[in-house]
Amino acid sequence: MTGRIDRRFAELKKEGRAALVTFTMAGDPDHATSVAILKALPKAGADVIELGMPFTDPMADGPAIQAAGLRALKAGQNMKITFAAVRDFRNGDDTTPLVLMGYYNPIYIYGVERFLGDAKAAGVDGLIVVDLPPEEDSELCLPAMKAGLNFIRLATPTTDDKRLPTVLTNTSGFVYYVSITGITGAAAPDAEKVTAAVARIKRHTTLPVCVGFGVRTAAHARAIAAGADGVVMGAALVEAVRQSLGPDAKPSSASVTAVTDLARALAAGVRGARVAARA
Amino acid sequence: MTVQQLNSFRTGPDEHGHFGIYGGRFVAETLMPLVLELEKAYAAAKVDPNFKKEMDGYLTHYVGRPSPLYFAERLTRHCNGAKIYLKREELNHTGAHKVNNVLGQILLARRMGKNRIIAETGAGMHGVATATLCARFGLECIVYMGAVDVERQKANVFRMNMLGAKVVPVESGAKTLKDAMNEALRDWVTNVESTFYCIGTIAGPHPYPMMVRDFQSIIGRETREQMQAAEGRLPDSLIACIGGGSNAMGLFHPFLDDNDIEIYGVEAAGHGLKTGMHAASIAGGRPGVLHGNRTYLLMNEDGQINEAHSISAGLDYPGIGPEHSWLHDVGRVTFLSATDDEALHAFALLSKLEGIIPALEPAHAIAKVLELAARKPKDHLMVVNLSGRGDKDLDTVSRHLGSKAR
Repeated sequence: MTGRIDRRFAELKKEGRAALVTFTMAGDPDHATSVAILKALPKAGADVIELGMPFTDPMADGPAIQAAGLRALKAGQNMKITFAAVRDFRNGDDTTPLVLMGYYNPIYIYGVERFLGDAKAAGVDGLIVVDLPPEEDSELCLPAMKAGLNFIRLATPTTDDKRLPTVLTNTSGFVYYVSITGITGAAAPDAEKVTAAVARIKRHTTLPVCVGFGVRTAAHARAIAAGADGVVMGAALVEAVRQSLGPDAKPSSASVTAVTDLARALAAGVRGARVAARA
Repeated sequence: MTVQQLNSFRTGPDEHGHFGIYGGRFVAETLMPLVLELEKAYAAAKVDPNFKKEMDGYLTHYVGRPSPLYFAERLTRHCNGAKIYLKREELNHTGAHKVNNVLGQILLARRMGKNRIIAETGAGMHGVATATLCARFGLECIVYMGAVDVERQKANVFRMNMLGAKVVPVESGAKTLKDAMNEALRDWVTNVESTFYCIGTIAGPHPYPMMVRDFQSIIGRETREQMQAAEGRLPDSLIACIGGGSNAMGLFHPFLDDNDIEIYGVEAAGHGLKTGMHAASIAGGRPGVLHGNRTYLLMNEDGQINEAHSISAGLDYPGIGPEHSWLHDVGRVTFLSATDDEALHAFALLSKLEGIIPALEPAHAIAKVLELAARKPKDHLMVVNLSGRGDKDLDTVSRHLGSKAR
């Protein structure tokens, strides 16, 4: 199966640079603004889009993404509206890969078959579901593969060489390396350690390895991008959404430019990495 | 995969931690190796005679077991029906059944070389038990507690501080037990090397529901022996309150295959099931996935978790242990519910009739005993788990009863 994700990483490999993977929350701060953000992200330098499906109890997320999810839910976000956002995005962009990221319960309640059918029809390319380890593959991972969606697995510092093959089996699209033991947006990872960890994973797989959790600045993105196939930026972007909101927490067009300005800076960081490494 | 034998309710979970469709290991990858390590360590400890010997020693000399099975003569006369026995778990050191489980987990943590212990707590009884055993063994202890619970259970917060634990008030969500558990999981994912997560109930990823049940099953095993000694036979019915459900499962599990024994779990109906302001996951919820397991949960139509409500902080949780969900589906346990007001009434009644001030949690079970016992013949033997003492709840109760008096 060659999908948008495979094609995108093949292109980037030719260009000799890492991907900027952006994470924003569907429905944050409201549906219309989050769709406008989504549509503007590829032009601002996002190579792969991760779109969060909000959940009340995101156990692997730090305060920034927790708050983004709650803002979205408060504004009325649900799975149907998230799929509408994806369809809207796909109407204007048929090449940028889009991955849905979240937790299992809202998917389970929506119904696995119905979810996979609607996701595929809307133009979703892959799924990242934080609380579905390989031990629970029969729940969603295997049906997703059958439906033609990539199931992107998280590998972490606690995933040792013995366990890596378990994690990599049934993984496709790319591997998401969680650079720290911790929650999203927490401590900054050490670039050297991350480079070594990515090299370790690459001994077990030919899939691209993207690095996330804790990468916040352009300089940091640049350091991580030198040793990985992609850098995921999430907490910093949703924090930009929060800061753009007025005192009454009303969404405005300022939210879109706040996110795209930051994405542009981060993209410059990621794109500069290999050039700097070669120089 | 192991097929559950149809002639036994006591063979679960299977090797994936499933009780029927419930249970499992729905955790982030960071935690998965830790959960597998814990499963291995517990399996080894379970068959190690030294571990059992060590447990038994502390249960006798530190916890004060066995806890009495007490014939509640005046409560029996009041109900004018079944003969009611109280399993006196409130007489354990730290004042609740929680210590049975914490002792087991702390001894296991020591075997695993973990010296930093984290826990979540609702009413504070699990937090106090964890702080107590951490003090006893010189371990660092961090307890996550919803900010609302910190406020309504001040006495227990003070106890934990006195015992040297750090209590972290959790400000996210409804600021109660569910949110405390989220925060404890976030700590665990961050401090994987040093930390042992001491879960207070029969929930969470496998092996927790099984392990906590095993540690709590001493309640039911003692009850079997004690009832034989007192009446020359087994009881006819068992009843216990259910938040996560560890005190209930501890009492129930050794009796599950005695098919003639009626078993009742009592959930918290809060302001009433119809109001939506309750914590009755079986009565008002449906199967979903949260905190590492599939089980009955309170949620909206989109799968977003609802906030629970109960006057009792220990029952104020939108889920229930996965084994209870399974026992409900197969019909072995009957689930009832008691409102805040019913629990308050039972709280006052037991205090006056028996000179025993119960915690608000088992007061929910007592409330249903009042109904059930009255309908049973005089030779019916009923055991209710008096899972904790009520000192911690005196402020809450006086506020409610006081405001009613006015």
